[in-house]
Amino acid sequence: MATEHTQTASEYVVHHLTHLNTSGERQQVVVDWGIINLDSMFWSIVLGALAVFLLWRAASKATAGVPGRFQCAVEMLVEMVADQAKGIVHSEESRRLVAPLALTVFVWIFFMNAMDLLPVDLLPVIWENIYSAAGGDPHHAYQRVVPTADLNITLGMAIAVLLLCLFYNVKIKGVQGWMHELFNAPFGSHPLLWPVNFAMQMVEFLAKTVSLGMRLFGNMYAGELIFILIAMLGGTATMLGFVGHVIAGSVWAIFHILIITLQAFIFMMLTLVYIGQAHDSH
Amino acid sequence: MNLNATLVGQIAVFAVLAWFTMKFVWPPITRALDERAQKIQEGLAAADKAKADLSLAEKRAMDELRQARESAGDMRSAAERQATGLLDEARAEAARIVAAAREAAEKEAGVAMQHAKDSLREQVAVLAVVGAEKILRREINADNHKELLANLKQEL
Repeated sequence: MATEHTQTASEYVVHHLTHLNTSGERQQVVVDWGIINLDSMFWSIVLGALAVFLLWRAASKATAGVPGRFQCAVEMLVEMVADQAKGIVHSEESRRLVAPLALTVFVWIFFMNAMDLLPVDLLPVIWENIYSAAGGDPHHAYQRVVPTADLNITLGMAIAVLLLCLFYNVKIKGVQGWMHELFNAPFGSHPLLWPVNFAMQMVEFLAKTVSLGMRLFGNMYAGELIFILIAMLGGTATMLGFVGHVIAGSVWAIFHILIITLQAFIFMMLTLVYIGQAHDSH
Repeated sequence: MNLNATLVGQIAVFAVLAWFTMKFVWPPITRALDERAQKIQEGLAAADKAKADLSLAEKRAMDELRQARESAGDMRSAAERQATGLLDEARAEAARIVAAAREAAEKEAGVAMQHAKDSLREQVAVLAVVGAEKILRREINADNHKELLANLKQEL
């Protein structure tokens, strides 16, 4: 937040929605491959490392005897994912990769989404103090702490899923079998239908990937934005604004507990479903 | 909603995390789960077996008990039979002894009576002779009647 002059509401929102990236400025063009969002990458890696570290701790102490509570919790998670994977991906060999991947997706996305439950100004203000203490301009101390509210993150994961789908298409059906499927499904094998089939398949892959990435991004972005708006309610420094902030913030946070879990679960399930579809021949 | 190289970075991070989970998280946990399932299965099987063994053992114990009861009954009736036999034998022996004793006593009594009769007879004869002597002293010579008296004594 600004120290010299009072921020307008739109400045506050824009500041909160600007990434800390390698250019140091707000990204102006829609696509720029020369820029990396440092905040998203940092939190994504930290939370991913935390997620796999917790899972690894449970795994390294796992015994076949009576499990502790933590081990039990992780086992329930693993069993849930394993059951889902077994029902969707009908290949024992593929499951050895896909099931752990789905577990990673669920826990990691859950952790990244859960960053939304931290007060919207907590980490950005801490960063602002660090940044200005290091001699930076606090106006440019951007910090977004919810990685899944960054389209790059969600779309990156969706593209990773797409790559896996393509890999399994080739692995299970062979290049020839997959090509045959691309041109002969879903409408039929008549040569006149080949272009239509191919176009349809391309649209399908594109739609799957974009919707997978966009769904998570949209949910978390909207959630973050609403938290920012609720915080502005408290920012009016009036009694009404304060009470409204507490009530609306509590309600939205409680509702968001459902959203973050549900979105993590949906992403995991769709990952399994898409990879499972790559195993099915038409 | 801008796209940039973060997307590529995220794919790389995703790959690393998924690899880590696949390598170090998933196998130990599923192995522990499988082992526990195995243990539980073995435990249940052992419990079933123990239950079967128990009922078998109970049946065997009942058989043994019945057999023991039967043999005990046999033994008791045999003992009873033997006891009755012994009792009968003892009773017969006692009767025999009593009879023998009675017989001996009777015989002895008979001998004693005979003896008493004989001595009585002797005394009577002597008495008769004394009496007769007294009678006859006056009129008959004793020596002349000795033979007569002896005959008389014999007849008594």
